[in-house]
Amino acid sequence: MTRRCKRSDFEAFADMQPGPSSAPSLAQTTSRANLAGWLYVSPLVLVLVPFFVAPILVVLAASFFATDGFGGLTPGFTLASYVEVLHSALTLKLYLATIKFTLLTWVFTLIIGFFVAYFLVFHVRNQLLAIGLFLLCTVPFWTSNIIRMISWIPLLGKEGLINQALLATGVIRQPLEVLLFSDLAVVIAYVHQLTIFMIVPIFNSMARIDKKLIEAAIDAGASRFDIMRLIVVPMSKSGIALGTIFVVSIVMGDFFVVKVMSGGGSASVVSAFYEDVGVLQYPTAAASAVLLTLVLVAIVSLILRTVDIRQEITR
Amino acid sequence: MKSDRGDIELAGVCKSFDGVTNVVDGVNLRIADGAYCCFIGPSGCGKTTILRMIAGHEDPTAGEIVIGGQNVVGLAPVQRRTAMMFQSYALFPHLTVRENIAFALRVRGMSKADRLRAADAMIEKVRLTQFADRLPAQLSGGQQQRVALARAAITEPRVLLLDEPLSALDEQLRVQMRQELRRMQQELGITFVHVTHTQLEAIALADLVVVMEQGRIKQAGAAREVYAHPHDRYVAEFMGGQNVLSGRVEKVNGASFTLAQAAPSGIEVPLQARSTVSVGDKVDIAVRRDDVVLVRSGKELPPGYTNSLPSRVLAIEYQGYFVKVMLDTVPDDAFVAYVPEKTFFADPFTVGDVVMATWATGSALPLA
Repeated sequence: MTRRCKRSDFEAFADMQPGPSSAPSLAQTTSRANLAGWLYVSPLVLVLVPFFVAPILVVLAASFFATDGFGGLTPGFTLASYVEVLHSALTLKLYLATIKFTLLTWVFTLIIGFFVAYFLVFHVRNQLLAIGLFLLCTVPFWTSNIIRMISWIPLLGKEGLINQALLATGVIRQPLEVLLFSDLAVVIAYVHQLTIFMIVPIFNSMARIDKKLIEAAIDAGASRFDIMRLIVVPMSKSGIALGTIFVVSIVMGDFFVVKVMSGGGSASVVSAFYEDVGVLQYPTAAASAVLLTLVLVAIVSLILRTVDIRQEITR
Repeated sequence: MKSDRGDIELAGVCKSFDGVTNVVDGVNLRIADGAYCCFIGPSGCGKTTILRMIAGHEDPTAGEIVIGGQNVVGLAPVQRRTAMMFQSYALFPHLTVRENIAFALRVRGMSKADRLRAADAMIEKVRLTQFADRLPAQLSGGQQQRVALARAAITEPRVLLLDEPLSALDEQLRVQMRQELRRMQQELGITFVHVTHTQLEAIALADLVVVMEQGRIKQAGAAREVYAHPHDRYVAEFMGGQNVLSGRVEKVNGASFTLAQAAPSGIEVPLQARSTVSVGDKVDIAVRRDDVVLVRSGKELPPGYTNSLPSRVLAIEYQGYFVKVMLDTVPDDAFVAYVPEKTFFADPFTVGDVVMATWATGSALPLA
């Protein structure tokens, strides 16, 4: 939705540009249309420029500056920070770790999100109940992120519910240590936090599938699995792509969950430049940030290439 | 066990969605193998529900549905060997024409080469070869309809069920596709069950017309029988082309009876299959609109035309090969004469003229 708006705004903006072919007699109407066009885009511009474009430019500029090592920046142009980031073995390691978290989170949120949406759309006949269940999915978001993470401790901790239950039933003798402050805990926390970002867009695109199509598929002899594979999944592609963009960009841009849930044992790309900022290495932090932005842009454009979201949404 | 016959028998079929009212209420019907059957009735009369029950998309609350001698209640559509063509077609929007048509073969596990070959043959049959690689959204209404028909027919069903297949098309295309449906039915030689609310469509296509009202069958029979010999007032009015008059029986005289009317002489009606009429009964009769002859008041009635009702012309509509003359013959009810164009313009009436509406004595039809 936002994407569409943005695009049409840009189109409007492009249309407003006085072209070389515009005749002088049209100058007045053109300038009036110009003003209207600017008015239309102004709210978005007012938000995007100070909160998005300006910070990015600042970071970009900082990534080319030199540093005195104590937080002071020397304006200039040097690629030293990039060279440092790209040469560091740590960078690759962190990217691999982050991609691992991203992929695991993506797989689990996709599976859970898809089936929750599928259940809500195709199996809950009562619309009121469906909306109620849908709202239930948002309950975790009624509390803050930190509370949500802390609340895993009584469940996954050394003396948490799971360990106690397993000990009591005699399945294990020693409490499991991997449950909390581990990569497993990080993935669990991500999945818990981000599944809703899969459910919403997938639910949205599934809800627009005409129920008659499902009936037509049954009529043709399709099994439930065939219907899911051949009708529901292809027709939910735009929702899956949108959810994927949400999940991937959030996980790749996160350091907090990794830090808290791994107990400091794991790191992500962002946690590295968070550390850099902590030790006043602004240019390297900025260079890492620019690099991550480029990687994310590449991933998102890859997703948009596979699925023409705009076409799917307007269909 | 597996029968190729597509004869359908509905026995005491009922359907209720809320457990209180029956949408379909005790329907009994036999449709012959290879017949073209049209269910017709106003919206909400249960015709689509019957179709969906035959198709297996809805289970009857009571009763049996037998196809080819086998009770199919509870079976999936595939096991019934029926195929349905949905209203507004329900084509898969993300699949091309060829993939849409091959879909049923694909889920049956046919190899890609085989199913595409079969689909192409079917595409040729419905004359869509040049559109095979298009998506449904890139086709016109008529083309989409043909894709839907091909998709339903590719599994060689013994019964094809069509839910208002022509309602999404404009008038001209509808007549054209109507012929195409009939042609396909004859080519495939299978039973077609077609739901519509258009009388013309039903009588043009069907071997068996089933008129429904509120979940019950009012009359089932050949198109001509239902149109020319409606059982009752409802069928007569729904199928159209009839004027319905009612009155009390004044006297019964052998092969006919006389209906009391405001007219000086009453109306003489032949006693057809309807055997028992006694004096004082309230009876409806039907007179075909094209049987009505209009004579200027004061002129002689043609020989054999004994019934006449004085009327005033209310409105005149030119319809091409005939002229529709609306009269005030019966209070509160429409009474219409279809006058052949040439006859009308030989001595045209104008609104307000007083005429005698008359018809041959034998042509009035008593209704149940």
